Amino acid sequence: MVDLRVTLSGLVLDNPVIPASGTFGYGNEFKDFYDLDILGSFSFKGTTKEPRFGNATPRIAECDAGMLNAVGLQNPGIDAVIREELPRMKRYFHKPVIANIGGFSVEEFQYCCERIGKEEQVGLIEVNVSCPNVHEGGINFGSTPEGAAAVTRAVKQVTDKPVYIKLSPNVTDITAVARACEEAGADGLSLINTLLGMRIDLAHRRPVLANTMGGLSGPAIFPVALRMVWQVAHAVDIPVIGMGGVDSAEKVAEMMMAGASAVQVGAANLVDPFACKKIVEALPGVLARLGVERAAELTGMAAAKTE
Amino acid sequence: MQKQGLYTIQENAPLTRDVYRMVLAGDTSAVTAPGQFVNVRLDGCYLRRPISIADWDDATITLIYKVVGEGTRRMAGMGGPGAALDLLVGLGNGYDLAACGAAPVLLGGGVGVPPLYGLAKRLWRQGRPPAVLLGFNTAADVFYEQEFRDLGCPTMVATADGSYGQKGFVTDLLNTAGMRYDYFYTCGPEPMLRAVYSACACPGQLSFEERMGCGFGACMGCSCKTKYGSKRICKDGPVLAKEEVVW
Repeated sequence: MVDLRVTLSGLVLDNPVIPASGTFGYGNEFKDFYDLDILGSFSFKGTTKEPRFGNATPRIAECDAGMLNAVGLQNPGIDAVIREELPRMKRYFHKPVIANIGGFSVEEFQYCCERIGKEEQVGLIEVNVSCPNVHEGGINFGSTPEGAAAVTRAVKQVTDKPVYIKLSPNVTDITAVARACEEAGADGLSLINTLLGMRIDLAHRRPVLANTMGGLSGPAIFPVALRMVWQVAHAVDIPVIGMGGVDSAEKVAEMMMAGASAVQVGAANLVDPFACKKIVEALPGVLARLGVERAAELTGMAAAKTE
Repeated sequence: MQKQGLYTIQENAPLTRDVYRMVLAGDTSAVTAPGQFVNVRLDGCYLRRPISIADWDDATITLIYKVVGEGTRRMAGMGGPGAALDLLVGLGNGYDLAACGAAPVLLGGGVGVPPLYGLAKRLWRQGRPPAVLLGFNTAADVFYEQEFRDLGCPTMVATADGSYGQKGFVTDLLNTAGMRYDYFYTCGPEPMLRAVYSACACPGQLSFEERMGCGFGACMGCSCKTKYGSKRICKDGPVLAKEEVVW
């Protein structure tokens, strides 16, 4: 019998599989496809202080082995999430959820984390300082170590829940941002967010996306994500949640061997609503084939063998 | 309730130079209203392709689709013994038949025509036989005129270049002598939807199109603004009531 449990800052998950923010809504669209309690947890749709409609459409484009999105943090706002989404979620998800929080100022991140941190359903907070699709304020906190650290320090002051900072891959040195977050008190890190990309509609001679650029996700980005998880896991001593192009139990194992303590699955949910269920079901067999009895042992296993 | 499954391709043949009809056999219990769509998984394409349901029965789903890109080109080439497609079925809200008045009119443009066929059939069964107005670019693009007639629906066709039926747009057919209607259902390209919206004083329902990520409401890729807040074309639509539409 394989033990799939993993731990994130004291939070024990039944397995390392977590649907990624922005691909799973608040769970409502998936609960009719399968029992969501089979998941380790899920990271709900990035939530901001005010309701947001997001960007103009088209917001979606496709490429070989992946997709671009420029949704722009559409969400009903933190009041509606606390008042409506969390109580509804309670009916179909009975485990601690990961609250993904977005924002446009240090104060907004602080406000939202303080509010959501008081909700008992929330197991940990994932702070998105790295959305590539929003422009307000002109500051991308995740693009500099100083910006990411400032947000980290601010939110750590207002909540006792573990705080994981979600990092952008669109930087020169992701380990510098990761270290800055660790020094500022982050309990863990989530990576990677999407890679900035674009497509052009040849017939109409203009970008496919109304926002011109969008975030690339899907299998195309897996090797990049894996490399960054590896680099960050070697650079910090706090847990890392790995994500980016994961669509199989084998890739979950690969992410963990690179140093991830748990793994998020994003775009795959949109193509196959059963993706996470299939991965959870396949994981024991993959671990058995690898001769691994406890999923948690996978974390950093590849590193351990090469050093 | 939405379902995912493998559907066997029974028929896949061209209706015009670039419009095909595909009949798929499988579990159709998730289909509850005309105007719903399926999301088709195709080898070599990362995202599924949303295609409206033209008609369905207890055992089959009929899709009518236009070849517009790589995905639909692949679809057009499929068939033969054992050929099957992975579909998500029962997506979208579809048309509300209960809202229709005594004299509904259906207005379809191009590849927006197919969902109106399943609708016409069910309106007829409900004792509300609709008038059907179809618009195409040119004579070679016309399809399903006879199928609507075979249902017993008075059917008129307009072509933009006048090569078949009346010259002009589908909305021009509303001015035909003796034309009476108190409710409309429409599907077609957005400029046509806007024209129908303006031309029809009565209430009605419009089916919209948008680029989608998932097709079942998760990714927020196809959001639009309505009088009642933002809606997802894939989940809360694709059919919107006229009175809630914000252009």
